[in-house]
Order: sequence, then structure tokens, then C-alpha cells
Amino acid sequence: MSSASQTVGPFFSIGLEHLNRNDLVVPGIAGTVVTIRGQILDGGRQPVPDAQLEIWQADAEGNYSENKCEAAGHSPAKFTGFARIFTDAEGRFAIRTIKPGSVRGIAGAGQAPHIAVFVFMRGLLKPLYTRIYFPGEAANDSDAVLSLVPADRKDTLIASVSEKTDSFEWNVMLQGPHETVFFEW
Amino acid sequence: MHDPRRYRKFAAGTQPEYLHPAYVSSVKRAPTKPLILLPHTKTETTGPVFGHSLVTAADSDLTAQHSGEPLGERIIVSGRVLDEDGHGVPDSLVEVWQANAAGRYTHKVDQHGAPLDPNFSGCGRVVTDAEGRYRFVSIKPGAYPWGNHHNAWRPQHIHFSLFGAGLLTRLVTQMYFPGDPLLEFDPIYNSTADENARRRLVAKFDWTTTERSHALGYRFDIVLRGREQTPAEK
Ligand SMILES: [Fe+3]
Repeated sequence: MSSASQTVGPFFSIGLEHLNRNDLVVPGIAGTVVTIRGQILDGGRQPVPDAQLEIWQADAEGNYSENKCEAAGHSPAKFTGFARIFTDAEGRFAIRTIKPGSVRGIAGAGQAPHIAVFVFMRGLLKPLYTRIYFPGEAANDSDAVLSLVPADRKDTLIASVSEKTDSFEWNVMLQGPHETVFFEW
Repeated sequence: MHDPRRYRKFAAGTQPEYLHPAYVSSVKRAPTKPLILLPHTKTETTGPVFGHSLVTAADSDLTAQHSGEPLGERIIVSGRVLDEDGHGVPDSLVEVWQANAAGRYTHKVDQHGAPLDPNFSGCGRVVTDAEGRYRFVSIKPGAYPWGNHHNAWRPQHIHFSLFGAGLLTRLVTQMYFPGDPLLEFDPIYNSTADENARRRLVAKFDWTTTERSHALGYRFDIVLRGREQTPAEK
């Protein structure tokens, strides 16, 4: 039986911030550079200033990094696909990365481009798992994971285009009518 | 065909629910809508695994990160990171953070009136060896008060963060100390329904790792989620 999860508590940044990065772009990387900005709000619509997101994504060709030895934190020479980001005093976060390619999914079918996200904070006894998808992707309609999501909640997983070029907005609503879809992982 | 759920379900009662009203912070932060059962794709079965190049020997001795010795009872915490089949998990990054001996974190938000210790930062990391073993040296953290309810105190604990082999083995947990009278009153420790699962978060005092005239040994094994037993992948 696996060990029980416990909350990160209020003071986790002292132990975890050594792997913080808000920019995954490395010199010479293939693909479209994108920026994703967002905010985390709780059930009282208050910003969550003490959260951490961990993201994991494929490169532009849809391959996950096997660069296991110098991932994160150290400005690695190669794309790692992993980042930790903390929210600021207004509960906001931003990540600069490249748009991931299509990753193989169930039974070999391609998945729509997406970024995996774990959310950690005081008050969460175990991390929340969700995904960021991109707007206007034809593959969103056939994605095996998105297709499990009720139609009226799908938009919580799909980033919206912001005014700036190659810039997206994606928020995390912990509760409420627009509650983000979280997965039992 | 690939099995859509490649990692095992958690055994009933062995993990906390998101909403645990006795832990007041969970009330406005726990999801209220049903979670959607996720098929396990390559996205989830891969994940960051950190190798030895990230961590130096100094990172695993929390008593040697400053010019002087920190105050408090020196401890050696060691154990194995295992999967649910009992196999050691090698090359897993283990990150730890904790309060000092007085129960104070080196964190700007910690307003507890207990003193900071200039010789103790309270964070460290270590990578498991080929058999999944880890070891770090620290001092026993103090209990500390928190605002959850009247006269609330956290039992002595060390926070642990682990990755394992992929996203689905990600675990953040806490290690407690045997015989702590605060355990029975702590809503975080008690958020897990299964008593046996709770007890496994309590380290064991260990003579074999206790070092004469130096430090008390505690053993703490951590079990990460195991793979589902499925027909061999094509
Ligand atoms: Fe703590």
C-alpha cells in the first residue's frame, strides 16, 4: 500500500523553490514559443498566493524528455519539459515555454497538444491534477481525455488566446460555477 | 491495446480526501465537483526523474549548511523508497523541509514567536541509491502552533517530496515521530481514514542507525504507487 499523501503546508517553498523555473525555452529549441499566464482562485474567489504548479510537457515533436540528470533549476542546455512555478501575492503565475506536439495516447491514437499540471498548496491534502489544452486545435475534438469531460466544463481545460501574440490565459478555479476540471489520477 | 489505468488504484481509506473539514484550509480549496477518472497515457507514465548530478553531499546534511552547529537533538533519518511490490525505487529525488528545534521555519510567512536558528535553514535533498535507500542528517524539529482551531499544535514532523518513476508516483507526505502526544489531535495526520496507513507515516526509532555520541537514528520507509499488473506491453 502506498504511503499516504499529506499537505505541503504553508512553508513548502523553502524546500522546493530550488527547482523553480518560469522559462523552459532553451537556445535553438524547435517549436513555437508561447507564454501562459493565469491566476488561482479559491472557493471564496480569493487569490491563492501560496500555491505551486508543477508542469510536465512534451517537446514540439511530442516527445517527453529523457534528460533526467540536469532537469530544472539549472538552466539546462536541453529542453526538459518540467517546471515548478509559484504563484505571486495576487495568486498569479506565468510560464514561457514551447507549444508541445501531439503525444501518443490510448491505443496509439494521438493526443491533442497539452501540458500536465499538478497543483500544490496549503489546504490540499493531495495534489490536484489537471491539463492545459490549446484553443482552436482540431485534435481537441478527438482527444481521449478531453472527451471524458462534460461539454459544459471543457473550456476550463482549454487556455484562451490573450491579446499578445502566442500568449494564452489559463486560470485555476478551485471551486464555484467555473470550477476547473480535475482528474482522479 | 494499452491498459488505460497503468498504475494501481489507491487502497480504500489509505489516502486523505481533498475535503477534510477538520483541516479548515481544505474547505475553500478542495474541489467540489466530481473528479474525472483519468486514463494513464504517456504523459502520466513519464515524468521528471532527477539523477545524482542535481544533488551534492552537503544537501543531505542539514546540520552542516552554516558555519556553526544548529541547536537541537541531532538525528539521522534513513530508509528506503519502495514501490508497492517492495522493489526499491532508484534515482528518486527526495526533498525535505522542516522547522528548527524551536518549531520555527526559515520562511517569511512563519510568524511563530519561537526563535530562528542562524545555523539551520531546514531544507535538504538526497537522491535514492540503486536499492532505493536514502539518508540525511538533521535535528529533531519542534512542534509548532497553527491557526486551524483553538490551541492547535502540529506534531513534530518533516515534510517529504518524492517523484518516483513518473507523474503518477508523485508523492508529498510528512514523517512523524514515535510517541508524539500531539498526533491524536492533529487533523492533518488524521486526515487519512485507515489507521494502519496513518501509522506508516510515523518513523521508527532505530538503534542500528543511531551513532554513538552523535545522533539518534530514525527509520522511515516510503512506498510509492505501484504499477497495475497487466499483460506485457507489446
Ligand atoms: Fe510543517
